[in-house]
Amino acid sequence: MENLHKYRDIIMEITLNGSVTHASENVTINELLLSSDYKDKMVAVAINGEFIPKSDHKTHIINDKDEIEIVAPMQGG
Amino acid sequence: MADILNIGDEQLSSRLFLGTAAYPSLEILRGSIEVSKPSLITVSLRRESASGTGQDFWNIIKEFNIPVLPNTAGCYSAKEAVTTAEMAREIFNTNRIKLEVIGDDYTLQPDPYELLIATEKLIAKGFEVYPYMSDDLVLAQRLVDLGCNILMPWGAPIGSGRGLNNVYALKQLRARFPDKILVVDAGLGAPSHAARAMELGYDACLLNTAVAKAGDPALMAKGFAGAIKAGRDAYLAGIIDKQEHATPSTPLLDKPFWHQKTPLTANRSTVKKLDRIIATQMVK
Repeated sequence: MENLHKYRDIIMEITLNGSVTHASENVTINELLLSSDYKDKMVAVAINGEFIPKSDHKTHIINDKDEIEIVAPMQGG
Repeated sequence: MADILNIGDEQLSSRLFLGTAAYPSLEILRGSIEVSKPSLITVSLRRESASGTGQDFWNIIKEFNIPVLPNTAGCYSAKEAVTTAEMAREIFNTNRIKLEVIGDDYTLQPDPYELLIATEKLIAKGFEVYPYMSDDLVLAQRLVDLGCNILMPWGAPIGSGRGLNNVYALKQLRARFPDKILVVDAGLGAPSHAARAMELGYDACLLNTAVAKAGDPALMAKGFAGAIKAGRDAYLAGIIDKQEHATPSTPLLDKPFWHQKTPLTANRSTVKKLDRIIATQMVK
């Protein structure tokens, strides 16, 4: 998660897929995905239990203490 | 004439819905799909690390160009299930959702109350809900009332391989919802279980563990595909009623020694008497 704060100071604590980490203020979902090597991957995102559609990823700002889920296709029955 | 199952916009030529979890390898999964030719493939969502393998799995599934049915496995509340369904719709680009809301860890029995709440919300959001449910008749009616066109009662608890635990309840569902698509989902262990479900008039079978955990998954998948086809054919053909006595399959008219009294005719007379006795007892 080091890349998350490449351009800004670390000021937020977030939970990403169950692990506590840090992120910079005013980072968007899109920036989070890019900086975390999710670029070009087929993923969907929920924050604090609410689905955030891809169309909002460039504008949705992550807040302190947000709980973020990033999911991808997986085997299922 | 082709026996097509129409679900939504899809015209499905196979009545096997196959799960993709718990196979020894992705290659064995690929082989199992190849030989059994399911019409729907169930998939799921999991947390993805930046170096995760979910993309490898998805690349294999895409090769087949078979419609996918995402599930909400692992959800214990309507809210979790709705959010998971929304994420699945975006990733898999389909309104179909196999709605699972678990209420009991030991049996993985669905929570009927949360299931109904989630169903109502998802239908309002434009989803085509495939509810994984118990075989409860009233729950089925509530789901239909909410707008479900498909019902997926369990045969037995997920992964148990027990087959059809409650044939009576499954028959009731078929009889009471003749116009709905009924799919036995979960608990099947052997191809004969699937054949039985299809003989009851079920429209399809969804299975995973029975194939994935078999000694030879691809061969078992082929066995299930054949059994589902056989059971469906039997249902369409019309299965004869059970009787208490034998009926000769070979015509007896003009057989040699026709006029002789044979043990067979004596026995049939006895059987008729027994039938009358049984009928009398049933009336009582």
